[in-house]
Amino acid sequence: MRKRTVLLSLAGILVVVGVAALGVIGWMVFQPGPYGFATGTPVALAEDARPSPTGVPAELAGADQPTRAAYITRMADCEACHTAKGGQPFAGGRPFVLPFGTIYTPNITPDPETGIGKWTDAQFLDAVHRGIAPDGSRYYPAFPYPSYTMLTDADALAIKAYLFALAPVKQPNRPNSFAFPFNQRWLMAIWATLFNSDTRFEPVPEQSPEWNRGAYLVEAAGHCGECHTPRNLMQAMDQRRKFAGGVAEGWNAYNISSDGVSGIGDWSVEQLTAYLAAGHATGRGVASGPMGEAVALSLSQLVPSDIQAIVTYLKSVPPVASNLPRLAGPAPATPQVAGLDNPLGQRMFEGNCASCHAWSGAGAVREQAGLTGVRAVNDPSGANVALMVLNGSGPLAATHPYMPGFGRAYSDAEVAAVANYVTARFGSEASTLTAADIARFRHLE
Amino acid sequence: MTDLTINGAPHSVDVPAETPLLWVLRDVLGMTGTKFGCGIAQCGACTVHLEGVAVRSCQLAVGDVGTQAITTIEGIGATPEGTKIQKAWLDLEVIQCGYCQPGQIMSAAALLAANPAPDDADIDAAMAGNLCRCGTYVRIREGIKHAARS
Amino acid sequence: MRHDPENTRLGRPVLTRRSLLRGGAAFVGGLVIGIELPMRVARADEPAPAGAPLNAFVHVPAEGPVRLIMPAVEMGQGVYTSQAMCLAEELDITLDQIVAVHAPADQAKYGNPLFVVQATGGSTTTMAWTEPLRKAGATARALLVAAAAAEGGVDPAGLVTDKGIVTDPASGRTWTYGALADRAAVLPPPAEVTLKSPDQFRLIGTPAHRIDTPDKATGKTVYGIDVIRPGMAFAALMASPVIGGTVAHVDEAPALVQPGVRQVVVLDDLVAVVADNTWAAQQGLAALKVDWSPGPNATLTQAQLWADIETASKGPGVAAQKQGDALAKLGEGTLFEATYELPFLAHTPMEPMNCTVHVQDGACEVWVGTQVPGFSQMGAAKVLGIDPSKVTINNHIIGGGFGRRLEADYVVTATRIAAKVDGPVKVIWSREEDIKQDIFRPLYHDRLKARVENGRITAWHHRVTGASILARWLPPAFKDGIDGDAVDGAIDPPYAVGDILVEYIRHESVVPVGFWRGVGPNSSVFSIESFLDRIARNTSVDPVAFRRGLLADNPRALGVLNAATAKAGWGTPAPASRFGARTGRGVALMHAFGSYLACIADIAVSDQGDVRVTRIVVAADVGRVINPDTVVAQIQGGVTFGITTVLHDKVTIADGRVEQSNFHDYRLIRIDEMPAIEVELVASTEKPGGIGEPGTVIVQPAVANAIFAATGVQLTRMPVDAALLAKAV
Repeated sequence: MRKRTVLLSLAGILVVVGVAALGVIGWMVFQPGPYGFATGTPVALAEDARPSPTGVPAELAGADQPTRAAYITRMADCEACHTAKGGQPFAGGRPFVLPFGTIYTPNITPDPETGIGKWTDAQFLDAVHRGIAPDGSRYYPAFPYPSYTMLTDADALAIKAYLFALAPVKQPNRPNSFAFPFNQRWLMAIWATLFNSDTRFEPVPEQSPEWNRGAYLVEAAGHCGECHTPRNLMQAMDQRRKFAGGVAEGWNAYNISSDGVSGIGDWSVEQLTAYLAAGHATGRGVASGPMGEAVALSLSQLVPSDIQAIVTYLKSVPPVASNLPRLAGPAPATPQVAGLDNPLGQRMFEGNCASCHAWSGAGAVREQAGLTGVRAVNDPSGANVALMVLNGSGPLAATHPYMPGFGRAYSDAEVAAVANYVTARFGSEASTLTAADIARFRHLE
Repeated sequence: MTDLTINGAPHSVDVPAETPLLWVLRDVLGMTGTKFGCGIAQCGACTVHLEGVAVRSCQLAVGDVGTQAITTIEGIGATPEGTKIQKAWLDLEVIQCGYCQPGQIMSAAALLAANPAPDDADIDAAMAGNLCRCGTYVRIREGIKHAARS
Repeated sequence: MRHDPENTRLGRPVLTRRSLLRGGAAFVGGLVIGIELPMRVARADEPAPAGAPLNAFVHVPAEGPVRLIMPAVEMGQGVYTSQAMCLAEELDITLDQIVAVHAPADQAKYGNPLFVVQATGGSTTTMAWTEPLRKAGATARALLVAAAAAEGGVDPAGLVTDKGIVTDPASGRTWTYGALADRAAVLPPPAEVTLKSPDQFRLIGTPAHRIDTPDKATGKTVYGIDVIRPGMAFAALMASPVIGGTVAHVDEAPALVQPGVRQVVVLDDLVAVVADNTWAAQQGLAALKVDWSPGPNATLTQAQLWADIETASKGPGVAAQKQGDALAKLGEGTLFEATYELPFLAHTPMEPMNCTVHVQDGACEVWVGTQVPGFSQMGAAKVLGIDPSKVTINNHIIGGGFGRRLEADYVVTATRIAAKVDGPVKVIWSREEDIKQDIFRPLYHDRLKARVENGRITAWHHRVTGASILARWLPPAFKDGIDGDAVDGAIDPPYAVGDILVEYIRHESVVPVGFWRGVGPNSSVFSIESFLDRIARNTSVDPVAFRRGLLADNPRALGVLNAATAKAGWGTPAPASRFGARTGRGVALMHAFGSYLACIADIAVSDQGDVRVTRIVVAADVGRVINPDTVVAQIQGGVTFGITTVLHDKVTIADGRVEQSNFHDYRLIRIDEMPAIEVELVASTEKPGGIGEPGTVIVQPAVANAIFAATGVQLTRMPVDAALLAKAV
């Protein structure tokens, strides 16, 4: 009797838990699409009579196939992830340190043994659209196929054509270091069933051609949400909090929704355009870390009309507030500031930073070196500031100055101190990084 | 052509606007007192004054100078603070190899102009961006205090 | 007021240095007048009368300052002043009456008496040149006096000299040196001259203001990098990032379209871009697309280099000093053993490597700052396949040497580039290239063993493993498998250590290595002084008391130890510090470069393991001093250099490449990290020793021993690693 009660209770609990779990998973699975916020009903590409928002822009319509393929590859920014630091482009080997272990991107040069030289078109599409490798195994969603699945077959195969025209690089892939259960790749099949739409881009007839082009660039090719949209418990993009900010290799990928305080709602069109096209907008700082790479390898190489389309689309994304403070105003120009007691941070700043950034934080001789008004400096986590101190930033162009990385010669405590000093002096809220935090950041590489 | 005012004298140079002032001074105008040390604003050897403020000329694009007055080591002796600092540097024999010293003197003169009686923390804040490999720092600190007293 | 041709030419008012030094009139009638100082080091671009050569070092023109030829080059260490003082002392002129002139490449005249070759280094200038220069001054004076005596028909013994004037007290007649010079120059020099006795000195031993610094304070000094030649081009270069790599392919086109770019020069192992100015050259270089063949070193790592030297250290060595039978004694009794390792280091003088070369008509002219004019001349000649006599070396004031400019590699490289360029070309290394293509301080591995009985060391075995710089740099000096520099400081330690065996194991790697401020004693003294503290700690003896017990027969060493400990207050605890709760005080002692130094360091260690040096006290016995203020300055500077070394410096190799590139990752101490440095000179009438390097050597073990005292962790591989000192959480 007693035993039976216990069993019944257990079963009851299991049912409740199961239903709750299903509910939670269902909540995560049945969420709006990436541009579900927009007024209108998406239709199949063929059903929209207007010129297709996919492929190359009108400016390149007459270009030869290699040029168009190269452009589409730039749109999708394959190079950034598939290139190791100091390594051969597209030969893979770049580490991504995830909570479950480290994964290394594969070689996608056409080397038949170590690259993708033997892949058929169908295999390439399976990989890009469905996350399925030629041997049937599953990719982890670190590979952004839930975004790339929106690429048209033609665009995906243009990328393949571009890659196959590269010089093959013989460089074996490195295995990832995931432990059980995350090393069970078959689980990813379930994940993909739940979270990969496996649907090509569908334009919204009610929206302008420019908006649709922007949507294609942002959602399919540019896969912006992979970093800028927070992830749910199942590591899928949480489209209900679209563009409210995520994390990329330790860097905070900030809120790029239209929220006026925490997002980019108060950025002008000109600022957004400059930031995307050139990696810098007056008063907004310099794109650094993964965003700096996205600008260098992808966005800066797009034609102006495509940048304009991206800006149009981004401006339409509804505001989602995130936990970021309002930007602080100007900082004092004198070195000593009452109430800022961080001598180690100040020592770091006066020796290594003030020459470019100035005590006012306005930039000594270059506006690009400005600190006030920059989101990273107004981020109480201090993560991006610390990562810039460790790894540097830029250059935006060969002729421009850049920020060197100080990680090799300065201790964890020193890097933490200067990040805390910079956020306190020039931002709205001081970070409280410790030496241990910096040690963790160092291991992201 | 870019018009510059350096140590009170007008100059015109024909170089790309992005060219750092450092190389305009040294290679185009032959004013070699301003030194190249690192090229990334980490050593201070290239320090000049822009409207009296010490800046690193390796970072300053000549196209961004506009009408702002430039003062270099060749002209700093014509300012009261520059004279005081140079005299203090010789009184105390601050200088060894001397290569970093134009930058040190420019930073120190700017400090003294903004703050006639700097304490140790002020000296740190103004001078920490200037490296010296010979190791003249202890005398630089004394030199600034000596100049401030004079 | 002293006449100065430049100031007159520019029509500017003149304030002499002297008036300034008296607190002179910087403000005249409310009018601000810029400092104008007399030139006392010859400016390269100013023609001046050569003067009658009385010998290799003293040239006296009819009018104007006496020209003193400086055999050792000025790189900040104050030798233009001290050498001039030696000459002027015996010549009876003042430092206001001279101009210092860089010596040309001429080994016969200007070869360093200790090295034979014409080189400035090893802290040898005062040791090597004091006597020869005093003799040269005295000889020149004797010739001038003889000329005056001949003209006046009087006994030269009755003539007196002062401030450049010969006076006959009997007649009251006077002659300026300039008026006598031509006649003096043709007289036979005396076989013997009598030097002044110390009590007759007017200059030597008195604090003199330096003759090179006025121009340095006003930006007038022309360093090698400041040379401007008519029609000169500017070059930037990049050498293979992998050690020993070569150029595989270059796409020149993107460089050639850059504004101002004139030419791309491709050599086996490097590429250079020649342009209208340095910036344009750097832009061209950045645009250049170069494929490198990495060569055999592409997989070399620092871990491998450390493992290799460790392995080598266990191999057979050559005895550099052997007294008694240390190995036998080490078989019994209390035994101590420890190993210390020092990393590769870059020099990073503030003036990056540079050299201006003009090759034309089978000849070559070089403008450069070099510690080795002769090697530079030979190096350029070899590149061009011409006789060294066809190569003119114009030396310059050096913006920091520290051993880097004891190599002629940059003259050779610049000449290789210039050989392909029409007209003069100034080649400037970026800081990144300056560091990555440095000739580094070698790795050193020192293993020490000692037997200790009743507080005394009775047997001592020191194995020094490292590259031989001398074997490459001065092959005749590498004798019997022993590099005298590598074991300098290890042989003849200042302490009584009983039976002694010092061995040297030569171990070369592919990483190029050369002299670096402090040279061999850096590793020897660091290792010995660290080892002594380890023994003292393990035998519960005060480190100073322990050393005193070993110094009974070495009064000069004991003298500096006692002076330093008294000044520093040894025996009292290191004061509390805002930089860290763990504080410590450390001691070190050395005898090298002919000088004795003791150092006491106070430090604080933060909970995270960052070290701050809070106070340094040095006592030095450097023998007879020429210019006391320069000795103090050199110790202050050397100590500062050494603090950087122990706290921050290392060059590491990964994938065959130097990982460091500029001051953000090759860290130099800044003014806001500086401790107070207190220097006490112990009066001495012994032979003069060197002082350019000892400060660097002595401070490193003193700081390490202070860290040991504060944390119980001994630094066995330089530099400080905060992770090893972080407080256990």
